[in-house]
Amino acid sequence: MKHMTLLAGALALSTALTGGALAQTELSLWYHGAGNAVEREILVGIIDDFNSSQSDWKVVLEEFPQAAYNDSVVAAAVAGNLPDIIDVDGPVMPNWAWAGYMQPLQLSEGALDGFLPGAIGKYNDEVYSVGLWDAAIAMYARKSVLEKHDIRIPTLDQPWTKEEFDEILVKLKDSGEFDYALDLGMADQSEWYPYAFGPFLWSFGGDMVDRSSYTTAEGALNGDAALEFGDWWQSLFTRDLVPGTSQDMADRETGFIDGKYALQWNGNWFGIKTLEAVGDDLLFLPAPDFGNGPKIGAASWQFGVSATSDHPDGASAFIGFAIQDKYLAAFSDGIGLIPATAEAAAMTKSYAPGGPLEVFFGLSEAQAMLRPVTPGYVVEALEFRKALSDIANGADVADALDAATDAINADIARNNNYAPAN
Amino acid sequence: MSNKQKSLQSHPLAGWLMTAPALILIVLFLVGPFILAFGFSFTNQRLISPNPTQFVGLSNFEQLLGVGVLTLDPERDDAGQVVLDAEGQPSYPRLRDYTRNNPDYPQYDGMREWFSFSTGDARTYVLARDTVFMKALTNTLLFVIIVAPVQSGLALLLALMINQKLRGINVFRTIYFMPVVVSIVVVSLLWRFIYDGRNGLLNNLLEFLTFGHFQPIDWLGNPDTALFAIIGMSIWQAVGFHMVIWLSGLQTIPLTLYEAADIEGATPWQKFRFVTWPGLRNTAVLILVVITMQAFALFSQIDVMTNGGPLDSTQTLVFQAVVRGYEQQNIAGGSAISVILFLLVLSISLIQRYLTRERT
Repeated sequence: MKHMTLLAGALALSTALTGGALAQTELSLWYHGAGNAVEREILVGIIDDFNSSQSDWKVVLEEFPQAAYNDSVVAAAVAGNLPDIIDVDGPVMPNWAWAGYMQPLQLSEGALDGFLPGAIGKYNDEVYSVGLWDAAIAMYARKSVLEKHDIRIPTLDQPWTKEEFDEILVKLKDSGEFDYALDLGMADQSEWYPYAFGPFLWSFGGDMVDRSSYTTAEGALNGDAALEFGDWWQSLFTRDLVPGTSQDMADRETGFIDGKYALQWNGNWFGIKTLEAVGDDLLFLPAPDFGNGPKIGAASWQFGVSATSDHPDGASAFIGFAIQDKYLAAFSDGIGLIPATAEAAAMTKSYAPGGPLEVFFGLSEAQAMLRPVTPGYVVEALEFRKALSDIANGADVADALDAATDAINADIARNNNYAPAN
Repeated sequence: MSNKQKSLQSHPLAGWLMTAPALILIVLFLVGPFILAFGFSFTNQRLISPNPTQFVGLSNFEQLLGVGVLTLDPERDDAGQVVLDAEGQPSYPRLRDYTRNNPDYPQYDGMREWFSFSTGDARTYVLARDTVFMKALTNTLLFVIIVAPVQSGLALLLALMINQKLRGINVFRTIYFMPVVVSIVVVSLLWRFIYDGRNGLLNNLLEFLTFGHFQPIDWLGNPDTALFAIIGMSIWQAVGFHMVIWLSGLQTIPLTLYEAADIEGATPWQKFRFVTWPGLRNTAVLILVVITMQAFALFSQIDVMTNGGPLDSTQTLVFQAVVRGYEQQNIAGGSAISVILFLLVLSISLIQRYLTRERT
């Protein structure tokens, strides 16, 4: 494959040279969305526009399935084979930047003005990556169901409190109309856990790591607030309010639409599909407030430049080109994500004022919080996921959180506190 | 001409040349990585890191294998009576108070309960520094202890059944062998549907057979059944492979021996015991060693079906080695597990070789 691209590149180069035209330097781009035709179409469109807009650079796309993407990049980094432009999940970026696989972007002054904070990947005061979109999570609900069960519709100013939320779940379950009151998406055992459930912990007052130092999780992940969160989390499963870790992925995708679940905690990328099935009855509600305000996670996939790129100026030029409002709007229309600027939002079908998903823009602005910005996040996310699965399956809450805390601390210690290497 | 050919074949390098392709591949992909892993296990090697690798001695192994024993007396009230909990059991102080930041018990710092048992009123806790590794170790051993005899026994039974001259016997041979040629990943995915807790095939079948009295079980979601579900599926998947090896062994036994046994008036059992079984000796040794090694390498089923959960009930050594090395970017930790696994398999193989040696 590699040889074929090389060969093709060499052929293209030689024809270009003999043709007397100026040769474009090739830049490789790796993307995580293999298999998604819509994403591919938009991205290829941007690349074609860029390649024909100037004569210095020619971007070549290589796609990977999302599940294998991070492993592929890490393997390529170990083998010294990174592409020029890499696509990176926001919270993972600090790990790759710290490890020396990414370099800061060279964007023109003011290029990121007006961008949602979640779309800008900053580490050590440098911008390493930028996203064309952000994502947000909401509580999916049917207005008719809430009204029938006499449940208050929450607002950003007055979200459901912990007690209120608990009563609602019990009430919905006791109605007997649903298999479960709430679908959390336990089937999706991936970055979904820290992304979707971490904010519950933050709202309780805990965290995956102490963000003032980023050198210990003691007290943050196993302190009183975290223990309270853990007890509540476990009670969701012991009271049969939510499906457990063995939930089917198919149920996750259609359960709310089919009416098996009364509420669903889900991302905006499911918004359009659910809206088509449920119609005007569908509500996107803010997160419950467990004491420290309603919270949801920020940051999604972003573009950055690899440290080993021979042409960082070209790579940055492509990224600068790709973050035009029209492309932000195209991605949003294609896959339903939140465009990174308000100007782009105005150009979209769903996020324009009065659009069906406009509410997500407000949800993101009011509640979004970044996952811990540290190279240690990769392990913190894994340990958090394991602790939450174990607690859901009946493990002792304090022991499970202690285990995660110890594992995270051991990892931080093994890496000299993730101090930037000089 | 013939002289020249002979000298070429007897050339001292001929043997080496012929084994070279295999040797190079084995050294490159087996011996080399193992020597690297052995070296890494004494360092703090990371998958990706800007920091230089440092030699850390045995600390990776101490971290994995550290155990401690702590005996606690039950809590007593002011009158000296043992405090009972809601279920009438004596209640004990929380282990957490002894194993976390307790300057009186520095040796237990960071340890967690592996298992515990009661002796009189007191309760003895066996603590491990890395309970996930310990669970992976015991799960792997349990898997091997069950799979090795059951799988080889079933395979022998199947081999005896299809070693008959009947019309269409090849159809059965093909059917039994089929799971072996299907990718283990595909098989694991299919069995995930079979084991589904709500409307899986297995639950439906059991409900049908018991006229609806059977309560559906979430086979892979329940810590008590998950490992056994994987054991059952693994035995089914690879039994055909060993059946074929047994079959080849059966077909090397000369028919004349059976004819002689018939003339002597031997019963079928006597024929099996005194003709078939001794004839299968070498095959049996081979199958036992192969199954043991394959069972120790349990990985794909776990990765596809359970990811080590629920509650670590299906963690295995190889799965943990991959999780640590790759997901947690801790190559040193993964390497240390690989080295322990290597020593374990090596010593068990040596014991098996010794027990099944030719006695003269």
